[in-house]
Amino acid sequence: MSGTLERLHRLAGYAAIVPFSSTVFGAQPFDDPARGWDRLWYDVLVDISVIGIAFALVAGYFVWRYRRRAPDQQGSSPRLSTAMAVGWVVVPTFVFMADDFFLAANGWKLWNDYRQVPAERLEVKLESGMYAWDYTYPNGVKVQNELRVPAGRPVMLRMTSRDTIHSHFIPDFRVKEDSMPGRVTYLWFYPDKPGEHVVTCAEYCGIMHSYMSGKIIVLPAAEFDAWYQQQAQRIAGSNRTKTPEA
Amino acid sequence: MSVLKEWIFTTDHKRVGVLYLIGSLAAFAVAGLMAILMRIELSSLGPTLTANPAQYNVWLYFHGAAMILGFQIPALTGFFANYTIPLMIGARDVAFPRLNAFSVWLFYAGIVLALLTFVVPDPPDVMWTGYPPYSTITSGNTALYTFTVLLLGFASILGGVNFLTTIAYMRAPGVTWGKLNIFVWCTFGAFIMQLVFVPVLGTAVTLITFDKYLGTNFFDPSKGGDVLTYQNLFWFYSHPAVYVIFLPYIGVVFEVVATFAKNHVFNYKMVVAGICGIVLVSGEVWVHHLYVSGMADWIRIGQMITTLLISIPVGLMVIGLVGTLYKGSIDFRTPMLWALGVVFLFLIGGLTGIPLAIPSLTLHLSDTYYVVGHFHYVMAVAGTFAIFGGVYYYFPKMTGRMYNETVGKIAFWFTFAGVNIVFWTMMDIGLDGMPRRYFDYAQFPQFQSAQQFMTFGAGLIGVGFALAVVNWIHGALRGQRAPDNPWGSKSLEWTTPTPPPPSPGREMPVITADWHPYGYGDRGEGATQPAPASAGA
Repeated sequence: MSGTLERLHRLAGYAAIVPFSSTVFGAQPFDDPARGWDRLWYDVLVDISVIGIAFALVAGYFVWRYRRRAPDQQGSSPRLSTAMAVGWVVVPTFVFMADDFFLAANGWKLWNDYRQVPAERLEVKLESGMYAWDYTYPNGVKVQNELRVPAGRPVMLRMTSRDTIHSHFIPDFRVKEDSMPGRVTYLWFYPDKPGEHVVTCAEYCGIMHSYMSGKIIVLPAAEFDAWYQQQAQRIAGSNRTKTPEA
Repeated sequence: MSVLKEWIFTTDHKRVGVLYLIGSLAAFAVAGLMAILMRIELSSLGPTLTANPAQYNVWLYFHGAAMILGFQIPALTGFFANYTIPLMIGARDVAFPRLNAFSVWLFYAGIVLALLTFVVPDPPDVMWTGYPPYSTITSGNTALYTFTVLLLGFASILGGVNFLTTIAYMRAPGVTWGKLNIFVWCTFGAFIMQLVFVPVLGTAVTLITFDKYLGTNFFDPSKGGDVLTYQNLFWFYSHPAVYVIFLPYIGVVFEVVATFAKNHVFNYKMVVAGICGIVLVSGEVWVHHLYVSGMADWIRIGQMITTLLISIPVGLMVIGLVGTLYKGSIDFRTPMLWALGVVFLFLIGGLTGIPLAIPSLTLHLSDTYYVVGHFHYVMAVAGTFAIFGGVYYYFPKMTGRMYNETVGKIAFWFTFAGVNIVFWTMMDIGLDGMPRRYFDYAQFPQFQSAQQFMTFGAGLIGVGFALAVVNWIHGALRGQRAPDNPWGSKSLEWTTPTPPPPSPGREMPVITADWHPYGYGDRGEGATQPAPASAGA
């Protein structure tokens, strides 16, 4: 419960700040799906809470108000006229449908944010296998289970699997997508500031499924660049030492 | 010995029903035990009961497969449909009594196969979903899974043929489509879906067995197959399967609520329209189980809209249910308590499903405890509460004796507290990222206290259900004699003597023109309870 409350507070903060920052300061030409997720979740939570509490209050009131008072008392619900009977179908149908389309429109908007990857991205290839995540950077650097990325730049993963189905889940970035043999799928996320984030497998992939985890380490851009160059040189270096032998 | 023979070779719909009930409760007991074992395992980080994740995965497999295929579907479409529908519609028996007997044999064979999980050296560990490639490369016994599903599926198909025919052609004169019990409508809808969709499930699980044991390559991409084909086939059945459970259980709840509120079902035709609506959309929403599976974007968006539209027929049915309480005369007996519990649980379960209809929200929620919490509320727990309430409701009719009212209520409150502790907490940590199907959660140590709280809740559930069952056993042996119609219901199944005599010699009710199964109060004015006619009339 405390988790839920904390999340609500955080969300209320986002709801106030985020539209402001992206329109006025124009810091980034795309919407961060993780923040969009938190906002839409908040809207949907309010929506379903209102419906649920309304139904529960009405049902609770009926249960209390119409409790049996005499042993052989019968119910006395009125007969509905045809107009009332049709009205009780048509009106709720339109109310529910309006709500459905409202949610669908918002869900679709956020969906497009999730599926349209910004052009200035860092694109990393991911091959998953029982029970590890193998990442390959554009310059050929390979890492396992620990993905280093620069803060402030969108990261895209192009994913496939060498055995069973896995799902690359980053709870902090509100995103996952399955990786499977024979197909390539993708996801992207926006690491806005340095930090560490858990990656974990979300699709049952075998006996050691629950131990298939790693982390995403978000570094300040300069620090990442230094690390990235160093790794690239190490590959180049190992290639150079190999060449004479060949 | 002859009694045993009489029961095994019975073609009487009531006995077939009771056999379904006993078999499904046995499956429920074992599958429930698996849930308790899993909860104990998860109560601390690292190994608790076992250090072997493979052991845990077998519990997980058996819990899911047995609860859905061995308990809920057979209890609802096997027990309730068999026991009550011929009585409710004034038929002497079902249309094909021998087929009916055969279906219960298949069901028991399926239960025995499922229980072999604990005997074979290589138990299945493919979850109830059996996704390839894992199911085709595991050392677990995928064939056992396939044949369990096939046997239970065939039992269901035979039930479908039988009940669609029975309901369509064997209603007593005067029991028109407009005077059918809501439960009969619900079962009619459920069996239409079983007939259409079970063969697809049968195909899917047969193909994984072909792939694993006969060297075919339906789902192996390196040889031209595709892993996603299976998921599409599987969920094309398994989403409608949710409604195969939902419709009959909400039908049972309608019967209980109408009887204990002594009230006409609110806007009967609206509720029937809701049932038809669910059957119609059931086959167009399966992709919401594949929102993170790498399906094409257009179909994920398309089925977001169809999935959201389910809220309309379901909403109409809930309005019908809550409306039935309006101006009722509500008696809080044990069956009614369980039924009102279903209304509450279903509200939470149904509404927490709305975020899961939206693909963008599902990118975070899918495959987490949030999903597990949601579907336990909406289907697993609400359905089980309806089954327990329904068994309490028909208990006097089946056994001729009464259960203990106080124990029944205590059992309810234990269970009700337990399920809310477990599944509300589950949704909360799922929202924070706890993935499902985990044997251990070293990467999420912050969830340990929540896991312990859930294990405590599971204990309450165990005590509650055990009390409820003990109450039945004690009531059946020692309870007070029950009258023919202890609840004063107007529905036809309550006009029979208690317990109902075997089908061939049974006296059939005479249905008057103004009779209605929900003809209470003003609605019942002038309506008479159908009086038993003399034999052969």
